[in-house]
Amino acid sequence: MNEIPRPETLLPWAPERTGEAPPPAAAAPRRKGPGLLAATLLAVRLAWRQLRAEKARLASAIAGVLFACVLVFMQLGFRGALFESATNLIGSMRGDLFLMHPMTLASFRPEPLPRVRAQQALALPEVERAAPIYLAQSTWRNPVDGSRRTIQLIGVDVAAGVLDFPGLAPLVDQLKRADTVAFDRSSRPEFGPIAALLAERGGPIEAEIGNRRMDVVGLIEIGPSFGADGNVVLSEVNFRRVVKERQVAAVDLVAVKLRPGTDIAQAQARLRALLPPDVMVLTQEELRAHERRYWEEATPIGFIFAFGSLMGLVVGMVIVYQILFSDIASHQKEYATLKAMGYSGFYLARVVLGAALILAVAGFIPGLVLSWFLYGVVADATFLPLRLDLALAGLVFGMIFTMCALAGLLAVRKLRDANPADMF
Amino acid sequence: MNPVELRGLSYAYGEGELRRPVLRNVDLTVRTGEIVLLTGPSGSGKTTLLTLIGALRAMQEGSARVLGEELMDATETARVRLRRRIGFIFQNHNLLGFLTARQNVAMALEQDGALGEAARLDRAGRLLGAVGLAGHEDRVPAKLSGGQRQRVSVARALAADPGLILADEPTAALDKASGQEVVQLLRNLAKSRGVAILLVTHDPRILDIADRIVAMEDGRIVQSDTVPG
Ligand SMILES: Nc1ncnc2c1ncn2[C@@H]1O[C@H](COP(=O)(O)OP(=O)(O)OP(=O)(O)O)[C@@H](O)[C@H]1O
Ligand SMILES: [Mg+2]
Repeated sequence: MNEIPRPETLLPWAPERTGEAPPPAAAAPRRKGPGLLAATLLAVRLAWRQLRAEKARLASAIAGVLFACVLVFMQLGFRGALFESATNLIGSMRGDLFLMHPMTLASFRPEPLPRVRAQQALALPEVERAAPIYLAQSTWRNPVDGSRRTIQLIGVDVAAGVLDFPGLAPLVDQLKRADTVAFDRSSRPEFGPIAALLAERGGPIEAEIGNRRMDVVGLIEIGPSFGADGNVVLSEVNFRRVVKERQVAAVDLVAVKLRPGTDIAQAQARLRALLPPDVMVLTQEELRAHERRYWEEATPIGFIFAFGSLMGLVVGMVIVYQILFSDIASHQKEYATLKAMGYSGFYLARVVLGAALILAVAGFIPGLVLSWFLYGVVADATFLPLRLDLALAGLVFGMIFTMCALAGLLAVRKLRDANPADMF
Repeated sequence: MNPVELRGLSYAYGEGELRRPVLRNVDLTVRTGEIVLLTGPSGSGKTTLLTLIGALRAMQEGSARVLGEELMDATETARVRLRRRIGFIFQNHNLLGFLTARQNVAMALEQDGALGEAARLDRAGRLLGAVGLAGHEDRVPAKLSGGQRQRVSVARALAADPGLILADEPTAALDKASGQEVVQLLRNLAKSRGVAILLVTHDPRILDIADRIVAMEDGRIVQSDTVPG
């Protein structure tokens, strides 16, 4: 047992009290406490020390945030990939303006418009070219195992330069021959190992589209979308050979190219005035937005992903709230003691919020790494363009941060139960 | 100016039908450096009185001047601020389990804002030495005995150089020797530093440290005896 110290040994920390040293010249300054920033840092440090002391609780809290983080990343990744791939096709069409039937909701389900609108557009002197585009879906037979799958057909005057798919230019002459197609190398693997077969054969391979024998003469690059698992490009004539019910006079889109230097907005207005109301005149951006809007609004897909993200955040928030709440509940005495020692409610609230934000960061970092890994896995499996860029990471961090802050703010109310008057 | 001056202080728990007066018209003065022991039967209102003096509870009636501040109608902020100038010693040590003894003591210096981190830890270390815990500074409370923990809480109560120490049965959870130690420590400190101490106790073994013994009954002070030095 330690010996009880004599008063003398107490001197060092307050010599002015005992007359050992002169009292401070000025009266003791009014105690104002540390500054806002300093106090906040101290509060966050206390939060960290408290979290660190209970490893199991800390680990489950971090796991909760990580879970929410990965869920949100996956949902937003799918959502972004959907909207990006939905406009793949339109993005690769060359045109300053596009004519489209007002009832067309999305390119995979087009409403045809009269082909004569293309000729009418040419009446404007600033229109250099107006090329029709035919879109339809048909059945592709896998040349290896014979399985059938729906494929997107894109029929154009291949020489007109309407499409800008990588790989198309060298195939133009071959595509002018009867019953030839160019196959999208990024189509899902269920369509067959077309690229490998082409390379092996060193020339065209036979395929079957809509029960018609066709030659695949080469590969292009488009990428699958939610509306189409695979694509082929073919000439207008070949298109009609496959899609027999299609009238020549009914086209799905018209790509209008303007003479260099033309004001697009003015030309758009003039075309609208010129053409009957059975066509819409859209810029490429507007067409993309139209396509995107379809997936966002007309289908529940956008909502499903938004809802999925929200669920992840709600579940994460509940977990973080639970952890913080039980942390406060089990440290009630300590919080009340701190209140008795002159710590303000605001300081203690910062401790709780500090803990929440530490959890946000500690869960987000492994969540980011895991999501990055899963994006690769999913992209390999689905051929969807899942991309984890800085903007997305920032967005998700913002959401996780907000989630934790809200959980913290909810938990702060529990501090009221820590009553310093109950300490004695 | 006396550290504690109570005039006509009354307090009741509950409202309306359930209202139960606990303190009735209490007058009490504690002088600088004086050690006052508060005794009385269970339920006589000792703890309630201590929480009112310690600004841990809002006043209802009467006047309480503590370290020069009037507590009647004081704001929450003013009460929080006043608490920083009072040292509290609880029946249970109430140390933060995840902090070392030194960090626990230093916590009492944080809100002051006068000392930097290094100075706070340094002063905490000296205080621990002063209460006989040199060498135990970096242990967490779980690794200390009950008496040692209570001495850490004494060091913590003293850290901010308080003008008043309030203690509620500080020896109740301790064995006889540890209790004596803690009480002797408090007495030494009060005498060397001029700190006023108001200590609630049922423990007859420690009555001899008092300058004055005040007895309460049913919310009233019924006796106040100066102990002959
Ligand atoms: N928070 C509260 N709410 C309602 N009544 C309370 C509360 N705290 C104490 N009381 C009542 O007030 C009276 C005085 O309590 P207090 O704790 O001040 O007594 P005490 O003298 O400290 O008793 P003890 O010696 O048992 O600690 C008791 O009857 C008690 O039941
Ligand atoms: Mg009591």
